[in-house]
Amino acid sequence: MTETGNEKSTGFWRTAWKRYRRSRIGMLAFFFLIALAAVAFFAPMLANDKPIVCRIEYTQPGDKTTNELYFPGIKETLRQIPVAGHLFTAVPPFSRMDFKFKKHFKPGRDWAIMPPVGFSPLETSQDRLQGYSGKHWLGTDELGRDVMARMIYGTQVSMRVGFISMGIAALIGLCLGAIAGFFGGWVDMIISRVIEIFMCFPVFFLILAVLAWFPPRIENIMIIIGLTRWVGIARLTRGEVLRLRELEYTAAARALGAGPFRIIFRHLLPNALAPALVSITFGIAGAILVESGLSWLGFGVQAPNPSWGNILRDGYGLMATTPHMIPPACAAIFFAVLCFNLVGDTLRDVIDPRTKGRGG
Amino acid sequence: MALLSIRNLSVEFHTEEGIVRAVDEVSFDIPRGKTVCLVGESGCGKSVSAYSLLGLVSPPGRVVGGEAILDGATKQDLLQLSEKELRSIRGNRISMIFQEPMTSLNPVFTIGDQIIEAILSHQDIDKGAAREKAISMLKRVKIPAAEQRVNEYPHQLSGGMRQRALIAMALVTEPDLLIADEPTTALDVTIQAQILELLKELQTDSGLSVLFITHDLGVVAEIADEVVVMYASRIVEKAPARELFASPLHPYTRGLFNSLPSLGGNADGRLQTIEGSVPDPLSFPTGCKFWPRCELAVDGCRRAEPLLRTLATDHLAACDVLEGDGDG
Amino acid sequence: MLNYIIRRLLIGLVTLLGITFVTFLTIESAPGDIVELMLWERPDATEADRERLRKSLGLDKPMVVRYGLWVRKLVTFDFGESIKTGEPVTTMISRHIWPTASVGIISLALAFLLSIPIGLYSAVRQGGFFDRIMSTNLYMLYSVPSYIIGMVLILYLGVKLDWFPIQGMYSDNYEELSFFGKFADQAHHYVLITICFTAGSLAYYSRFVRQNLLEVVQQDFIRTARAKGLSEFRVIIHHAFRNTLIPFVSLLGLTLPFILSGSVILEHMFNWPGIGWLYMESVMSRDVNAIMGLNFMTAALVLLCTLLADIAYGLVDPRISHD
Repeated sequence: MTETGNEKSTGFWRTAWKRYRRSRIGMLAFFFLIALAAVAFFAPMLANDKPIVCRIEYTQPGDKTTNELYFPGIKETLRQIPVAGHLFTAVPPFSRMDFKFKKHFKPGRDWAIMPPVGFSPLETSQDRLQGYSGKHWLGTDELGRDVMARMIYGTQVSMRVGFISMGIAALIGLCLGAIAGFFGGWVDMIISRVIEIFMCFPVFFLILAVLAWFPPRIENIMIIIGLTRWVGIARLTRGEVLRLRELEYTAAARALGAGPFRIIFRHLLPNALAPALVSITFGIAGAILVESGLSWLGFGVQAPNPSWGNILRDGYGLMATTPHMIPPACAAIFFAVLCFNLVGDTLRDVIDPRTKGRGG
Repeated sequence: MALLSIRNLSVEFHTEEGIVRAVDEVSFDIPRGKTVCLVGESGCGKSVSAYSLLGLVSPPGRVVGGEAILDGATKQDLLQLSEKELRSIRGNRISMIFQEPMTSLNPVFTIGDQIIEAILSHQDIDKGAAREKAISMLKRVKIPAAEQRVNEYPHQLSGGMRQRALIAMALVTEPDLLIADEPTTALDVTIQAQILELLKELQTDSGLSVLFITHDLGVVAEIADEVVVMYASRIVEKAPARELFASPLHPYTRGLFNSLPSLGGNADGRLQTIEGSVPDPLSFPTGCKFWPRCELAVDGCRRAEPLLRTLATDHLAACDVLEGDGDG
Repeated sequence: MLNYIIRRLLIGLVTLLGITFVTFLTIESAPGDIVELMLWERPDATEADRERLRKSLGLDKPMVVRYGLWVRKLVTFDFGESIKTGEPVTTMISRHIWPTASVGIISLALAFLLSIPIGLYSAVRQGGFFDRIMSTNLYMLYSVPSYIIGMVLILYLGVKLDWFPIQGMYSDNYEELSFFGKFADQAHHYVLITICFTAGSLAYYSRFVRQNLLEVVQQDFIRTARAKGLSEFRVIIHHAFRNTLIPFVSLLGLTLPFILSGSVILEHMFNWPGIGWLYMESVMSRDVNAIMGLNFMTAALVLLCTLLADIAYGLVDPRISHD
C-alpha cells in the first residue's frame, strides 16, 4: 500500500523521458549540457601543461633512473572526485610521483599524449594579448595565459557553482516548501513570510552585502547563492504540496496511520518533484549568471583562477585594443544559459498534462 | 419543411495516431418547434455533430462530408458557409449552450454585459434598449431580482442560475434553434428538473426548436419529441419519443433501456449491463460497430455495415438482423 | 475588498520587520571584527580611529540593543552617516534615485507597451512565421544576461560605430548646451542603458502574454463567446486578453527586484550614477551604514511594489473586488 505513491513516480518519469525525447531542441540542449559537464570534469585532460599519459625516462635526485608510464592528466582528473578520487590515485600506476614533465621530456626518447590544449590555465608566457592563432586557439590574455585553457577551466567553475548552489537551494527549498504546504497554519505562515522577505531583496544586493565581508572563495559563493535561491523552489513546492494534499491518496495514507513526515517524504515530495525540477533547471542557469556577474564585478572567482565572468571582465577592460577575449566568454555564458533554459522549458512542457493533445 | 435538414454529415479527426472518423453519415431532421434528443454514450460523436453545425469543430477535426440545410428566407447549407456568414448565424438564428455552466461565462465581465454583447452583435439597437431586453430575458428564465443580478459577476451566481443566465443569453436574440449540449449533466437533479421545465416553457412560448444532446434517458423521456440514438459515430435508431419508449428496436437501444434501474428492482436484484465496452475509435469493428456486444449478432453483421431502415411508422433502425434480415 | 487590502497591509508590516532583521543579519554575518574588515584598506588608521568607528557603529553594545536602536532610527528614515563621506545616507540615496528610477520607468513602459502586441500577435497566429521568429529571438534575448547585452552594445554601437555615448548621464560640455541641446544630450545618453534594461523584461513579458493567452483561449467561456457569433478579433482582444491582463498587471509589480539587481552591474558598466552604482561603491568601500540603508530601502521599495501589485490585482479581478 505504501508503494502506491512511488509507483506513480517511476512510471511517470519513464513516460516523461519518452516525451522529452520527442523534442529535438530539448535533446540538443540536453546533449550540449552533457558535453559541458564532460568538459568540466575532464578539464585536466583537455587543457593542461602535463600530458594525459606518457613514458619518460626520469632521473631522480639520488641517481635512480626510471622509465615508466605516468598518467598525470588522468590522475588530476580523478582527484577531483571527492574521497574516492584520492583512493584511486593512491594505488599504482597513479601513485607514481609527479614532476615537471615538460622539463624532463626528451622527444625521441620519450613519448607523451598531450591534451588537445597543451597549456595550463595558470601558465603565463611572453605571448601577451595575442589574437586567435594556431598555437593559442582563442588567443592569450595580458599575462600570456592561454584563453582556451582558461575557458575550459571556467566551465568547471560554472558547472560547479550551478549545480552545487542549486543543490543547496533545492535541499532547503524542497524541505521547507513541503513542510509549509503540508502543515499549514502557523508553520506555513512563518515560512511564507520568510520566503516573502527574501523575495524582496534584489539578488545582487543581498549577495554582495554578505560577500563584502567574506573572502571571495568559490565555496562561499556557492553557499551564498544557494542560501538566496531556495525561496523560488520553496514557493513552488509549497504550492504543489498544497494541491496534492487535497488528493485522496493523502487521506488514504493518513487513514492507514502514516505519520506526517512519512507522508511528506514518501508520497508528496516525489510527486511534487517534477515542477521543482523545472525550477531547479532554471535556477542553475540563474546561478551561472550570478556567478559570472559576481566575477565580472570582482567579487567572484579571483585572479589567477579563471571563470567566464572574469575572463569577460578582462576582455572588457581591453575592449578598445584587443577585444578577442570577449566573444568566447559571452558565447559560453549565453549558450550555457540558453541550454539550461531550453531543457527547463522542454521539461515543463513534458510534465504539464494539459499540453498533451486535446480531443475534438 | 424541417428547420434544419442534416444529410450524411461526416467529421474526421487527423491525429498523430491515425484518422478518427468521429461522425459517420449522420442524417436527421430538426422540425420547427420540436425538441430532438441526440442520445448516446460519451465519445459516440453526438457533441461533435452538433459543433459541426455551427462550424465550431476545431482542428485536427474537419467536416469531410454532408450538408445541413437551414430553412428560412433563403435556404443555406451550414457546412458550406464562410466563417463570416457562420458568425451571423451563431447566437442569432442558432444558439448553443454547453455543459459546464460554472466556466462558460467570462469571469471578468458582468452577466449583463455578456448578454448585452450577444444582443448588440446581431441587432442594431442602442445600449439602453439592449439592457432592457437583457433584464426582461433574465426574468423570463426566472432569475430572481433580475435588475440587480444583471450587474453581478458570474462567480456571484450559483451553478443553476448561471445556466439560466446562459440560456437567457442564448435565447435573447430569439433564435430559431437552440442546441443544448448536455446542459444539465453538471447540475443537481432538482435543478436539472427546473432547467428542463424552463426549456419546455420557452419552447412553447416561442416555437423554438431544440436539439438536445444527452446520455440520460430520463431527460429524454422528459422533453424529447424525436429521438436519435447514436453509437460509435453512427445513428442506430431514430423514432418519435413515444414510439421509442414504447418499443425500442435496435439491440443497443434495448440494452440502454434494460440497464436503467427500475424502482421495483429487477427480478434477480442485479443491474443489467451491456457486455463489453465502447470501441476505440481508432479501431472500430468491421461491419456493424455494435456486433461484438450484440446478443443478436450473426456472421453477416461482421461483414456489412447496416443502414438505417424503416421498420415501423417513422421508426428507423440500423440493424440487419431485425425482421429476419440477417444471414440465412 | 477592504478586508483584502487591510490583510495585505498587515502582512506587509510583518514582512517589513523581517526585512530589517535580515538586513541587520547580513552585516552581523561578517566573520571577525567588522571594523578590521572596513579598515583593512586603510593602513594609516590609528587605534583611536578604530575606537571612534566602534563607538559610532555602536559596537560596544550587545547585538539586540544595536538592532533596536537601528530600527528606531529607521522609523525616522535616519540611515546614519556614510562611513566614507560622512554624508547622511538618506541624502546620498536621494541624489542617486533619479537616474535609476527614470531608466526603470522608461524601460518598464516600453517593455509593457511593446510586449502586448507582440504577445497577442504571436498567440493569435500561433505557429506562424512571426510567432516562430519572435519566439526564437525572444528566447535568446531572454537567455542573455543584461550585462552582456550592455557589453555588446557598448562595443559595437558605442566604440566601433560611435553612435551613442557610453559613459555617464551627460557629456562633458553639458553646461554649455542650449535647453534642447541638454535634453538631446541626456536622451542620447539614456539610449543604450535603457535598451539593456528593457531587453530582458520585454522578452519575459511577451512570452508571458503569449503563453497566458494561449491558455485562456482554451477556456470554456471562449467557446461560449465564439458560439455567440462574435468576431475572432473581439473574442481575443475583448474576452481573452482581458483575462490575461489581470496576472500581467501584477507581473509588472514583481519585476522591480530584477531591475534593481540588474542595475548593480549595468550602472557600473555605464558609469551611470544610480542606486546600483551607489551600492557597488558602498560595498567596495565597506560603508556599513550605506550598505544597510540601501538594502533596507530597496527591499522596502520592492515590498511596497508587491503590495501595490496585489492591490491592483484585487481591483482588476472582479472575483476579488466583488465579494
